[in-house]
Amino acid sequence: MTPLAGYLLVAALLFAIGLAGALTRRNAILVLIGIELMLNAANLNLIAFWRYGPHPEALTGMMFAIFSIAVAAAEAAVGLGLVISIHRHAQTADLDEMNRMKG
Amino acid sequence: MIEEAVFTPQLAASPIAGILWLVPALPIVASGVIALLKQPRRKAAASFSIGSLACSLVLALVAFAHVLAGWMHGQAVRETVNFTWLHAGGTNVDLGWVLDPLSAVMLVMVSFVGLLIFIYSIGYMEHDENFTRFFCFLSLFAGAMLGVVISNSLLLLFMCWELVGLTSYLLIGFWYQKPSASAAAKKAFLTTRVGDIFFLLGMVWLFSQTGTLLFYNGGAGSMEPGALAGLLAAPAGLGLTAAGAIGLLIFAGAAGKSGQLPLHVWLPDAMEGPTPVSALIHAATMVAAGVYLIARVYPLMQAGALTGGTTVALTVVTWVGAATALFAALIAVAQNDIKRILAYSTVSQLGYMMAGLGMGGVAVGMFHLITHAFFKALLFMGAGSVIHGCHEEQDVRRMGGLKGDMPLTFVPYAVGMLALSGFPLLFSGFWSKDGILEAAQHWDLGHGPFYMLVCGALLTAFYMTRQMSYVFFGNWRGQGHAHESPKVMTMPLAILAFFAIALGALGTPAWPWFRAFLDDRAAEFSFEGFHEPGLLALMATSSLVVFLGLGLGWWVYGNKSPQAEEPDALESAVPPVWAVLHNKFYVDELYGVTVIAFYSGWARVADWLDRWVWGGAVTLVAVLFRGGAHLSRLCDVYWVNGGFDKGCEELANGGGLLARVQSGRVQSYLRLLALAVVVLAAILIWSSRG
Amino acid sequence: MSFVFYILAAITLAGGLAAVLLKNMVHCALAVSIAFAGLAFLFLGLDAQFAGFAQILVYVGAVAILVVFAILLTRSSDTPKDGGVFSRTWLAGLVVAAAVFAVIGWAVLSSVGGLPHEAAVPTVTVLQIGQALMGPYVLPLEIVALLLTVATIGAVIVAIHEKEDAK
Repeated sequence: MTPLAGYLLVAALLFAIGLAGALTRRNAILVLIGIELMLNAANLNLIAFWRYGPHPEALTGMMFAIFSIAVAAAEAAVGLGLVISIHRHAQTADLDEMNRMKG
Repeated sequence: MIEEAVFTPQLAASPIAGILWLVPALPIVASGVIALLKQPRRKAAASFSIGSLACSLVLALVAFAHVLAGWMHGQAVRETVNFTWLHAGGTNVDLGWVLDPLSAVMLVMVSFVGLLIFIYSIGYMEHDENFTRFFCFLSLFAGAMLGVVISNSLLLLFMCWELVGLTSYLLIGFWYQKPSASAAAKKAFLTTRVGDIFFLLGMVWLFSQTGTLLFYNGGAGSMEPGALAGLLAAPAGLGLTAAGAIGLLIFAGAAGKSGQLPLHVWLPDAMEGPTPVSALIHAATMVAAGVYLIARVYPLMQAGALTGGTTVALTVVTWVGAATALFAALIAVAQNDIKRILAYSTVSQLGYMMAGLGMGGVAVGMFHLITHAFFKALLFMGAGSVIHGCHEEQDVRRMGGLKGDMPLTFVPYAVGMLALSGFPLLFSGFWSKDGILEAAQHWDLGHGPFYMLVCGALLTAFYMTRQMSYVFFGNWRGQGHAHESPKVMTMPLAILAFFAIALGALGTPAWPWFRAFLDDRAAEFSFEGFHEPGLLALMATSSLVVFLGLGLGWWVYGNKSPQAEEPDALESAVPPVWAVLHNKFYVDELYGVTVIAFYSGWARVADWLDRWVWGGAVTLVAVLFRGGAHLSRLCDVYWVNGGFDKGCEELANGGGLLARVQSGRVQSYLRLLALAVVVLAAILIWSSRG
Repeated sequence: MSFVFYILAAITLAGGLAAVLLKNMVHCALAVSIAFAGLAFLFLGLDAQFAGFAQILVYVGAVAILVVFAILLTRSSDTPKDGGVFSRTWLAGLVVAAAVFAVIGWAVLSSVGGLPHEAAVPTVTVLQIGQALMGPYVLPLEIVALLLTVATIGAVIVAIHEKEDAK
């Protein structure tokens, strides 16, 4: 078991936990939290591959992770803004009750 | 006797000619306003209609004064206002109105007599619930008649003419609840329509020949020498020129309206209308329209005549007129309905007018028209007053002795009766009838009409005496008690009685003002007029005839007061003659077995054809189409509908299935996404392992 | 595989699990910040100091605070009366998540033989990162800057819009 594999397994587990949270919680904010966890798991993968990759001096994975963090921050801001807006509209953050887009 | 009237054409219309259209427009507008009024607004209706006609009368008097002033200054007035109504390709249809002595005189007469009749109607129709409707129709009628009078276009005249026909239908059938009234209205409408068809044909022919229907248009009108020369040059077959043929066709229209033989049958029946209507239609206006029409197109009727000669059209007019005069006078002798006697008398007098037009020219016929309008309106309104006083009784045998009960009606009625009979010197009827007789005496084509007219005059005096003695002398034979009519009815009678006497002064041989006015000559007062050869003898003859008639009438009927059930004095003397006369020469019956039987036979044939041949064909087609429709319905229901419904159902099911996936829940989408990732990743890993 | 790695990994995963499982939303937010912090330390352990501090600044500092604000604003702190905190389809979600983990784990384990064991510790200074950002990565940097601006404005508009309408 190499260190990289350990990091990858941790990342995979974290991703699965995040996905499980996103899929099972009723509260929209928790779903966003789950998604953040999934993003962070991906970041962990990027950093790990950079660290143990063949060309760590190229900074590619590092940069990718940094940009990913920036994008995730933006996503969190917009996502939470949407949650607040929806809450104001429907007086709930419960995803089970949000089915107005039902076909 | 026929003299050319020389008019100096006047191009610029004076202000009064410019607004002459208001004369007919005012009553027509009033009629429209009254039509919108509610039934109980009696006062408003009567005042609108009388007010508008009074305004028309004022305008007519102004117009008359204008024409009179021009005539005084030796300048004939004929002002026209023309405008183009329709452009159709290169053809223009023009309408317009004209102010000349003829139309001015008629305007004054129609609006004045009309106004008196309107006022009289207030009293006569007082208890009728359809008072407003009556005044609406009356106004429309008066407007239409005034329109006929001012028309400078045969087309406009025809439109107003038809409007007159329509309103006469409405007025005669005013009491449409009575079957006889509605039948009489239909009869009047249809009979005049027979004449109108010929009129229309003549009009179309005239238009195709001359290209215009304007009478006077500064030399380009159809009644002016240029167009008449063209009409004379065009042959029409049977030895007639186009002018003669068109003249005869137009005369047929006039005969229908003016109750000439053989289209007189509608006029006596039209007495079913309210009495003011009878006075308006059968004395002053509608029946006069035919005579006026002939006077209006007189240049056409006269076209081609040598000086002092006559034309085919005028000869026909003369003979028809004279025959009508005698024929209707004969029938009038044996009638018992007070209004029917007057109706036949009207037919007879219209015959006089036509004969006067045919033999003596416009002025002779028109003078009798004007005087007759006054005294006949007087007689009709007097008869209305009598009927009103005798509780709607119309049979002269159930009246009697009314001269004591109704003095205010009796005196004017007597004046009217004497004027109609042609009582010498004092009354207008004498002078106007004398003019016609004089013209007849000098007629070139024989003395037949003269003798017929003299006989007619004798009979007129006779039947009027008979009526007078039945109604006003002897003993009261009716039910209940007769009463005098209200002032609003007797005052117009008095006014008309005055004119029935006074108008004669305008047409005596000593001062032939009326003829001079119409013919544009100066009128001078002198007794020279009496020195014309034969005139005094003629006057003596006609006076003698009138006295003979009056005397005979008094001798046979005077103060006898027979009961209604008793046979008439004449009936017991000469029963077959009485029967023929009483049944109006069986003209209605003759029409019944000829024209009407012919039409009803054809109608039956057409009905049979309609029912069985065309109807059968239509039914067959209908059956075929219904069969086809059934077939297509079956197809529709079981095939098209079924298939379509099935397809729709499937679509709906599929849609429902897909819609279930679109749950609107974020998490189910995400779940599917993750599943897809799992599957894709598994495939990727599987494939990368080789 | 150092002892530190196991500790950090355990803290991170525990924080993640707690964030997903806890009933109280505020507790969830705290748990997720712990997970974020754990991850930051994992980054440090991977010699990515810049990314680690960025992680602390952005996630623990900004996103966690945002989450807390969102929780307070939507009054989600009080646990719902009806049902639990889990949706009706939680079992399906769990199965799917497990399947994803199985696939990824399977992929990692199946390729574990080909993974490099050790690598030289790269020395990356902030200067280098700054030069890289201003050099080859300047275009992505500008795009991210634009994205952040747009996201900030967009978030404000999304959150503020309805309120104005309501008035």
